[in-house]
Amino acid sequence: MNYLVIVIGAILVNNIVLMQFLGICPFLGVSKKVSTGIGMTGAVAFVMILATIVTYLIQNYVLEKFGLGFLQTIAFILVIASLVQMVEIILKKVSPPLYQALGIFLPLITTNCAILGVAILTVQNEFNLLEGVIFSTSHAIGFGLALIIFAGIREHLDLQDVPKGLKGTPIALITAGILAMAFMGFSGLV
Amino acid sequence: MNQWKNFSKGFLKENPVFVLLLGMCPTLGVTSSAINGLGMGLATTFVLLMSNIVVSLVKSAIPEKVRIPAFIVIIATFVTIVQLTMQAFVPALYKSLGLFIPLIVVNCIVLGRAEAFASKNNVGSSAIDGLGIGLGFTFALVLLGGIREILGSGKIFNITIYPENYVTLVFVLAPGAFIVLGYLIALINRMKKN
Repeated sequence: MNYLVIVIGAILVNNIVLMQFLGICPFLGVSKKVSTGIGMTGAVAFVMILATIVTYLIQNYVLEKFGLGFLQTIAFILVIASLVQMVEIILKKVSPPLYQALGIFLPLITTNCAILGVAILTVQNEFNLLEGVIFSTSHAIGFGLALIIFAGIREHLDLQDVPKGLKGTPIALITAGILAMAFMGFSGLV
Repeated sequence: MNQWKNFSKGFLKENPVFVLLLGMCPTLGVTSSAINGLGMGLATTFVLLMSNIVVSLVKSAIPEKVRIPAFIVIIATFVTIVQLTMQAFVPALYKSLGLFIPLIVVNCIVLGRAEAFASKNNVGSSAIDGLGIGLGFTFALVLLGGIREILGSGKIFNITIYPENYVTLVFVLAPGAFIVLGYLIALINRMKKN
């Protein structure tokens, strides 16, 4: 039951993009087409889950054990940056098709605040490892849900006659606002 | 004159939020009130100023290939300083900004200035650049936070402007952030054309 609360809370109620404002850059940047949105979601999900596991282990078995809690931010960002680099190298060797699909999105992920955000939230909420994995998986799904819906809307938006001043980013932001309003309907669900 | 231009470009011409569209997460996330925007803006300005100074001081000692990780460590150091300082002296503000303080590390503005400006210029101009861009960011956050606070709660810096019965609550909630920023950028695009 507890796990269900984490899942619904992370995907719908506290949607990472629309409610917590994490990962806005890829949300606005790579949402012009549904297919790129799916690629980005895959890359984010992959790195997010992996990063949560690794940072969880580092937090609990290195930083806390030696009383180095104040190094959290530095340690986490370094871990995420090297993790992304490593994933890129391994994917290139092991699974070229997957690398082709995710490749261009991987370097962008280091500066995606959603990854660091979820890693820190997992520690702050004092989850155990299993809960952390469920939490990060759900957040990745929530990110994908928002990104793909938004990309779908933007594909249609391209065909519409938008007032000149609102073209591009402004109309995208306003659309995101309306989407966020729709997601507000889920509040109070858990 | 040249240094003045270097300083003032951050406010309108190269405003990180309105023109370059960088650092959107904290921009949208913390601007439910003007005071939150101010706190976040000043914290980012400090990190930006200090990291620009240090990066420009050590730029010749860092090998080209590892410069990005090196910059990130420098930035993360100052973020940790800000984080601990705010936790000690302004705990209420620290709590309302929450997660977005450690997330200054991944704010593209900071790394962007280190890479694009501080790694190529001397200490003086880098400091001025950091301060200018930082204050431009603060300006954008306070403007956005102020508009949202007035529309959403009828107050600005806790001074009541009109009674609470007439407020549109949605502007202090998540959707309001997107919508107000969208219209602000549209307005600025429009002004730039004229």
